Parts: sequence; structure tokens; C-alpha cells
Amino acid sequence: MLLQIKNLHAGINGKEILRGVDLEVDKGEVHAIMGPNGTGKSTLASVIAGREAFEVTSGEIFYQGKNLQKLSVEERAREGIFLGFQYPVEIPGVSITNFMRTAVNEIRKYKGLDALPGGEFIKLMEERKKLVEITSNLTNRSVNEGFSGGEKKKNEIFQMAMLEPTLAILDETDSGLDIDALRIVANGVNKLRRVDNAFLVITHYQRLLEYIVPDFVHVLYEGRIVKSGGKELAIELEDRGYDWIKQEQV
Amino acid sequence: METDSNKIIDEVTQGEYKYGFVTDIETEFAPRGLNEDTIRYISERKNEPEFMLEFRLKAFRHWLTMKQPVWAHLSIPPIDFQDIIYYAAPKKKTTVGSLDEVDPELLATFNKLGISLEEQKKLSGVAVDAVIDSVSVKTTFSETLSKYGIIFCSFSDAVQNHPDLIKQYMGSVVPYTDNFFAALNSAVFSDGSFCYIPKGVRCPVELSTYFRINAANTGQFERTLIIADEGAYVSYMEGCTAPQRDENQLHAAIVEIVVRKDAEVKYSTVQNWYPGDKNGKGGIYNFVTKRGICKGNHSKISWTQVETGSAITWKYPSCILLGDHSVGEFYSVAVTNNHQQADTGSKMLHLGKNTRSTIISKGISAGKSNNSYRGLVRISKNATHSRNYSQCDSLLLGPSCGAHTFPYIQAENKSSVVEHEATTSKISEDQLFYCQQRGIDMESAIGLIVNGYAKEVLKQLPMEFAVEAQKLLSISLEGSVW
Repeated sequence: MLLQIKNLHAGINGKEILRGVDLEVDKGEVHAIMGPNGTGKSTLASVIAGREAFEVTSGEIFYQGKNLQKLSVEERAREGIFLGFQYPVEIPGVSITNFMRTAVNEIRKYKGLDALPGGEFIKLMEERKKLVEITSNLTNRSVNEGFSGGEKKKNEIFQMAMLEPTLAILDETDSGLDIDALRIVANGVNKLRRVDNAFLVITHYQRLLEYIVPDFVHVLYEGRIVKSGGKELAIELEDRGYDWIKQEQV
Repeated sequence: METDSNKIIDEVTQGEYKYGFVTDIETEFAPRGLNEDTIRYISERKNEPEFMLEFRLKAFRHWLTMKQPVWAHLSIPPIDFQDIIYYAAPKKKTTVGSLDEVDPELLATFNKLGISLEEQKKLSGVAVDAVIDSVSVKTTFSETLSKYGIIFCSFSDAVQNHPDLIKQYMGSVVPYTDNFFAALNSAVFSDGSFCYIPKGVRCPVELSTYFRINAANTGQFERTLIIADEGAYVSYMEGCTAPQRDENQLHAAIVEIVVRKDAEVKYSTVQNWYPGDKNGKGGIYNFVTKRGICKGNHSKISWTQVETGSAITWKYPSCILLGDHSVGEFYSVAVTNNHQQADTGSKMLHLGKNTRSTIISKGISAGKSNNSYRGLVRISKNATHSRNYSQCDSLLLGPSCGAHTFPYIQAENKSSVVEHEATTSKISEDQLFYCQQRGIDMESAIGLIVNGYAKEVLKQLPMEFAVEAQKLLSISLEGSVW
């Protein structure tokens, strides 16, 4: 099992948000996490990534057999966990090229590999840019600075393509995207799908799932996964909204 | 969340000063203390002509009438000017023809600092003047440069060999009456660099002076004079380091630049004097007067500085824009960590018509340090259609440091435009998390973000210096306290 979450309770500033999440993700799978706003979807993503502001009060997260809570944020990243941010932050003056080169080489160092020579890095970057249909010189610009919403999300997928994670968590990557950007982002993900990696796609709408077809769909409500199913569950949610789920819980 | 990131930065900024070693070389000292005899001793040791001694004595007598300035946003412990040794020199003879004659210990010292005085460095296209304690040890490349008519030598050599140029220009931009530390320097300065670029010559290499304090209890007082004649161009770099000691050491320097019609001087500094330890013990007190004058029309002076060292920095590289259409630039990154204090900025004095100036200042404070920008933009009545743009940004790392901005603007005509922008920001927890999530640890992330923040200034540096400066920025903030 790639990712195993058992009875996870977690929160922020003393407020409990996740109230017993159970989830298993295996390699080769795409899982969608859906649910109304404020039910803990982004918190789940942050906790897996190890953001320090969030506190795990009980439960366990195992990733490739390792207890994740013992690993720092960067160790988790180097072990192959990638988080595509809902609101990617700007880093003025740091070019995407420089940023990615630092990241790629830090990860290589962790794995005991030498830094990638400059020429090879550029080659890799050009290749991965195509995957996300980045034609401009976006990579010479400062990380996310002055990017449109679509550019920011494409940049997230581009970084994912560069780092080739084993577990990629995409936090509301579809929010704020027009249909063309959505298609490009989804295509990028589909091209990166392999038997030895997995995706956790967090989304509010079913729309993205028309492009990235999930193997499993889970509904997160009030800090728990209350319903799981196949891709047809997403369609049902689109038709019926979340109210019937809420009512089932009462 | 705040405390978490505070703790993190706490851990990240415990950096070590890697130039803190002492070289064991035989040194000759002036007697401790300062009086007219000290000045006569220095002048005599240097075998100076009469006019130099007179200049020094006049400066000294004037200094006696002055008081140490207190207007800077600095807390300066009392300095006992009688408890300082004003002259220290490596004992071996100071005029050397070839590198073979240089004390091997000295060569080793400069190699350790990454400054090779040997052939390899010459090939890389940088001419170096190395100044240890009070005297210039070796100037490389002088012969090659002399083919172009360029004079690049130690200040002492210039006094001996080009007294007319010294007489004409020394004190013409920074008179000894200018300020307390300028007067002190004028009285006791020991050596420094001299550079003259003749009419129409574009200096083919970067000129570089490397200053090193070695001896204990001494002050370093060097003086640099650069003259660019009509249509000339030179790029000049200055670097400095000092050993790690518990007591404070005084450094009071003067740099004067004279630029004639259509000429340009680009002056870059990476200042890395010993900053003191984590608790604020030791470190260099750095009081420097740097000023250039754009004498002719269409002339240009560009200052770039990366200030990471010194316990106290007091420094305002300035431009007097006398010629019409002359241009002054000031690009600065000042980093303070632990208990360091910096009060630095620039003065742009617009006297000629259509003069332009730019000030870009990036302050970075960490630990319990204080970092101030102080700048004056003065547009005189006759400087019509002039422009200034100033941008002063402060970056704070942690809750215990301070950033301050003191801009002064005086505009005396209506056709000129002065713009001033200022921002204060922090490295956000979001930025750090973003970097870490990509596999970059906290320390590298801070280095990356800080270098990005300072990029506008760093890109002004010559290649040779830019790489060193980037590393230095990261190292200076290692172990800083957030």
C-alpha cells in the first residue's frame, strides 16, 4: 500500500478539523476527494504534506511503510510526495528555472545522486514544458510572480512533471481555471499517470473529473470520509449536490 | 504558527564567519595612541613628501575640534581613540617587484581568502591590489595596465611616483573637514589604492582591491582615489575581511572618485568584515566616507554594495552630479544578523541640468539586529529637468530585528521629478512551506528567497563578485534568529 491513513484526527489552533479519516491509496490509482467547502479537504492535503501549523492529535499516516509523522516537510517531498497548491505563493526574484534546479538537485542529493549537469537539466525542463504546453519563457520569470490563475496552475503541474512524484496531491487545481487551462492541466496529469505512481485529486466540482477519470471517489464531510465509490459517484454528486449526503449523516 | 517559524529561523541562522583566522606574520606597529608624533611616525615610515605630512597634521588639528557624530540610528559604545594602534605593517619590505619576494605567509593568507595573487588570477582578467593591515602588499597586473597609460598602484606608491595627481585630487571630493571620521582618516591613513584612467581609455580588466585586517588592536584607515579622465571607463571592486576577535576594531576609510566628461566609474563592494559573534561580542566598527563627483557632462558613477559584515556600519556612498546630463546610481544590499547594526544609504546631489539618479536599497534584518536606510536626494535650483527614483525595501526575518527608513528629499526647482517608494516585508511561512514541499530545506529556502529579494542589486555586480555575494548572503543568514 502506498498511502495508508488510519483514524486520522487533526486540526489547527486547537480546532479539530479531521475527525477520523480512513483512506488507502495504492500505486497506479487515482483517487478523488470531493465534498462541500470547509469539510477538511485542504487540511487533509496539508497534513499529508506535513505543514507544521497543523497538529495531528491521533491516528496514523503510513507512506511506503514509513510513519510520515516522523518525517519533515522536505523529507516527505524528497520521498516523492508532491502537493499542487490551491493558492501557489509568489517568490519574487527567484526564477522558476533556478527554483526547480534547486529542488531537483536537493532531491537527487537525498537519493545519493550527483547534481544534474546544467545541459541535462535544461533538456529535461524543455521536455516537461511541452507536457504542460508551456511555450513561452514562463520558466525565466519569478516563481508565480504576476502569473494569471491559469499560469499558476500550469506551473504547479509543470513542477510536478519535473519532480516526478510517487504520490501527487492536487488541491483544488481546477479552481479558477477556464476550460482550456483545465484541459491542459488534466492532460498533463493524464500523461504522468503510471502504474508506479498515484494521484489524490481534491476538487469541489465534478468538472475536472471529466478529464481526469478517477478510480475511486470519496466524499469528505465534517472531517470524515462518509461515502466512497467509483467514478459514477462523482456524477451522482454533480446531479444531486451534497445535501443528500448531509441528510444521510443526520 | 508565528512561534513555529520563529523557532525555525532560530535554528537556521547560526552561521560561522569563515574568514576569522589570524595569520602569523611579523608586524611592525606604531606606538599605541594618537598625537602629532604618531602622525609624524606614520609619515616618516612611509617616507612621505612634506605636503603629505602637512595635510595629515592639518586634518589631525581639525579632528581635535570635532565630535563624533550621533545622528545615526546606531548605538555606538564609546571608542577610546587613544587605545588604538594607528599603524601596523607586515615587517618584510613593502615594495616588491615580483611575487617571489612576497612573504609566503601573506600569499597563503590571500589564497585562503580565495584571492590568488598569482598568474591564474591575472589570466582571469582581474588586477588585484592586496592591502593587509596598513599597507599594500602587492598590486598585480600594473605593468600590463601601464601600456594603456592606466595607473593602478597602492596609494603610497602614488604619493611617491605621482605626487602631482595626489596633490591635485586628494581631498577634492571628501575634504578632511567633511566629517569626524574623514578627518581621522586624513590624519592617519596608511595605504589604499590609487587608480588613474587616461582620456578615452576603457580599462580592459576589472580592478580590484582586497582589504584584510590581521593585527590585533589596530585600526585600519585606508584611502582610495579613482580618477577617470574624459571618456574613460573602469569597473572597480573592493572586498574586505578580518579575523575573529573579541575586541572591536575600528575601520575608517575614504573613497574618492573623480569622473570627467563622458567617463564612467562603476564601483562594487562586497563588505564582509568580521561582524562579531552571536552575542554581539567583537566585530569591526566600519565608518566609511565614499563619494564621487561627476565633474563633466554625461559622466556617470555607479555604486553597488553588498554589506554583510561589521558590527556597526556607517556608510553613505554618494554622488555629486555636477556635470549636465550626469548620472548617479546606488544599488545596495545590507544584511544584518545577530547584534549587527547598519545605518547606510546614499546621497545624490543634483547640481547640473538634466541629471539623473537611481537609488535601490534592499535591507535584510535578522536576529536582534537593526538596519537603517538613510538617504538624501537634493535637487538644486539650477538642476532643472532632473530626476531621481528611490526604492527602499526592507525584509524582516523574525520578531526581534528592526528596519528603519530615513529618506530626505530637497527639491529646489519645479521641472524635476523625485520618486520614492518603500516597502517592508517578511519571508512568509507560505513561501517557506512552498519551498520545503519541493524538497528544499529551510536553510536553502531562506538563501533562495533572500537572493531573489536582492536580485535587482546582485545583477549589477561584475560576474566575479556576483557568485561570491550570493553565497555570502546565504551564509550571513545561517543561524539567524527568527
